[in-house]
Amino acid sequence: MTTLARQGTELAGGQERSAPAFGREAADEGQQVNVGTKERWISGVGGGLVALAGLKRGGLGGLGMLLLGGALVHRGVTGYCHGYEALGINTAEPAEPEDYFTRGIHVEQSMTINKSPEELYGFWHNFENLPRFMYYLESVKVLDGKKSNWTVKGPAGMSVSWDAEIINDEPNRLIAWRSLEGATVDNAGSIRFVPTPDRGTEVRVVIDYIPPAGKLGAGVAWMFGRGASSEIKEDLRRFKALMETGEVPTTEGQPRCE
Amino acid sequence: MKALCWHGKYDVRVENVPDPKILNPRDAIIKITSTCICGSDLHLYDGYIPTMQAGDILGHEFMGEVVEAGADVKNLKKGDRVVVPFTISCGNCFYCKRQLYSLCDNSNPKAWIAEKMYGYTTAGLFGYSHMTGGYAGGQAQYARVPYADVGPFKVPDGIPDEKVVFLTDIFPTGYMAAENCNIQHGDTVAVWGCGPVGQFAIRSAKMLGAERVIAIDRVPERLEMAGQGGAITLNMDDENIFEKLKELTGGRGPDSVIDAVGMEAHGADLDAWYDKAKAAMFLATDRPSALRQAINCCRKGGTVSIPGVYGGFLDKIPFGAAFNKGLTFKMGQTHVQKYLPELMRRVQNGDIDPSFVITHKMPLIEAPHGYEIFQKKQDRCIKIVLKPW
Repeated sequence: MTTLARQGTELAGGQERSAPAFGREAADEGQQVNVGTKERWISGVGGGLVALAGLKRGGLGGLGMLLLGGALVHRGVTGYCHGYEALGINTAEPAEPEDYFTRGIHVEQSMTINKSPEELYGFWHNFENLPRFMYYLESVKVLDGKKSNWTVKGPAGMSVSWDAEIINDEPNRLIAWRSLEGATVDNAGSIRFVPTPDRGTEVRVVIDYIPPAGKLGAGVAWMFGRGASSEIKEDLRRFKALMETGEVPTTEGQPRCE
Repeated sequence: MKALCWHGKYDVRVENVPDPKILNPRDAIIKITSTCICGSDLHLYDGYIPTMQAGDILGHEFMGEVVEAGADVKNLKKGDRVVVPFTISCGNCFYCKRQLYSLCDNSNPKAWIAEKMYGYTTAGLFGYSHMTGGYAGGQAQYARVPYADVGPFKVPDGIPDEKVVFLTDIFPTGYMAAENCNIQHGDTVAVWGCGPVGQFAIRSAKMLGAERVIAIDRVPERLEMAGQGGAITLNMDDENIFEKLKELTGGRGPDSVIDAVGMEAHGADLDAWYDKAKAAMFLATDRPSALRQAINCCRKGGTVSIPGVYGGFLDKIPFGAAFNKGLTFKMGQTHVQKYLPELMRRVQNGDIDPSFVITHKMPLIEAPHGYEIFQKKQDRCIKIVLKPW
C-alpha cells in the first residue's frame, strides 16, 4: 500500500476494530465472521420474514422463498456469508494495512487549481460539499470531529453506506482518511494541497480500494481500478471548475433535434 | 424554435427543437438576429470532424439580443445587443487570465473526449462536435450562452448587424493571424486562401502596417475581393507560386506567410493528389498542401501563421526546410475575447466595414441550400448571413 496510507494508519495507532462478542466464532470450524453487525441483524430479520412469506405461499415458489429466507437467517446468526467469502468481501472488520498492499487497487490523480491551498482545503474539509462534484456520492454526513458517514449510489437504485474516519489532518496541506467496519469496499486515501509559483495549488489525490474481486481474479480488479482512476480525474476536474468559476460546465438540458 | 441540425455527411436540416433554458447561474439566453455559416462548418458538413451526433445544432457565428440573464450575470440585462464569441471561456483559469481564451481549462464539459484525441482539453465551442463539449450552436432562433459575463460583447447603438456579426469569429481570426506574423516596417505578407478568414487576414495585415500583401487562391471572385482589400493577387492555377513570390520580393521571399486554408486544401499539384489518396485509404487525416507551400515559400527566419483549422495528422511536411530556414510557427483557435474591444473600436471609427465580405443573405430555413452553394463555391458565394426571424 502507499507510504502515505501506511503512515496514516500507523499514526492512528494501527488499531484493530473487532466485531461484537457474539458470533465471533462461526458455526462451522474455519469460517471467520465476515458480515458486519448491522448487516447481520438485517439479514436475520429479513430472512425470517422471507421464510414466513414462503410458508404462507406454499408450492414451488414458496419452497424457494423458505430456502432463501433460511439461508439469510443462517447468515445473520453465524455472521458468515459464502458469497462474501467468494468475493473476498468482509464487512465485519475494516481492512488491515497489509490487505491494501496485497489486494488493493492504487489510484493517483493530480490537478492544478487556480486557488490558494487555504481555499481548497477549507472547501474539501467540509465533506458534505463533496457530492457537489463527486457524482457517484449521494451524500456525506459529518458525525463528529473525525468520523463521517458516506452514501454512494449503488446498482439498481440501491444506496450503499459506510463510516469513515480522518486519520491525518494537516491544515491547508493534507487530509487522510480510511473506511471503518461495515464498508463493502474498504477504501483509504489522502488529498494533498501543494502551493505553486503563480499557478495556484497542485491538488494530489491518492486512493486505495480493495475491490470485491477476491477469488474472481485480477481482471475484474483491473477494470475496477481503471474505472476508479477516470472517475477520480473527472471528480477533480469538476472540483477545479467549481472552485475557479463557481459552477460545473454542463450541456444537460440543452436543445437538440431528436 | 427553429434550428439547423446536423444529420450526417452533406445532410443538414432546419427543424423545430425546444427553446434553450438557463442551466447555470452564469448563463444568458440570446435571441439571435443574425448568424453565419463558417468555412469550418464545412468540415462538419463534409463529415471530416469526429464525435458528431445526428441531431446536434450547428452554428458558432451569431449575435442578437439578451432575453434572459442568469443570477450571476451582472454586466448584461434584458434588451442588450451583443456579439457572442465562438469560443466559450470561463475567465478565471490560468489560460483565460492570460487572454488565451481558446485554451480555457473549464468550459468543455466533455473534456475527456478532447483529452483522448489531443492529450489536453481546449475551450468549449458553440456547435462544433462533442470533442468541444457538444454545445448547441447558434444557427437557430435562440441560444444559451455560458459564462455570459465573459463572452458576449455589447454593440454600440446605431451599428447594424452586418457590420459587427463577423466579430464573433472571422474578423478576430484573420486579425490574430496577421498579429501573429509580428509585422515589421517594410514587410511583405503572403496569404494562402481568399475565403472570408483570408479576406480579413489581408485587411488586418494592411491595418497592422504590412508594406504589401500577396493573396493566393484559384477562385476568381475571391481573388477579386482580395484585390479590393489591397492585395496583389496570384492565381495558383496560372502561376508557379514559389517562383512568383521570390520574383515579387527581389529573391527574398515573403517575410511571413498565413495559411488560411487548413485541412481541406484543394491543391492541384502532385502532393494534393497524394493527400487525397492517403485520406481515402485512411492513412492520413488532413490535406495540408497550402501549408507545405507556405513553409517552402516563407523567407529564412520568417513566421508561418496558421489560422486554418487542422484536426489530425499531417504527412510529408517539409520540416527540414522549416528547421534549416529557422521558421517560427504560430497557430491555434482564435482568442476572440482578447480582440473584441480593439476591433469594435476600429469598426466604430470606420477603419473597416466588415460587411464587404457578405455575398448572400437568406432566411434560416434556406440554410441547407446555403451550405450547398458555399461548399461548392457556386453563385460566387463567399459568405452567407442567415436571418432566423
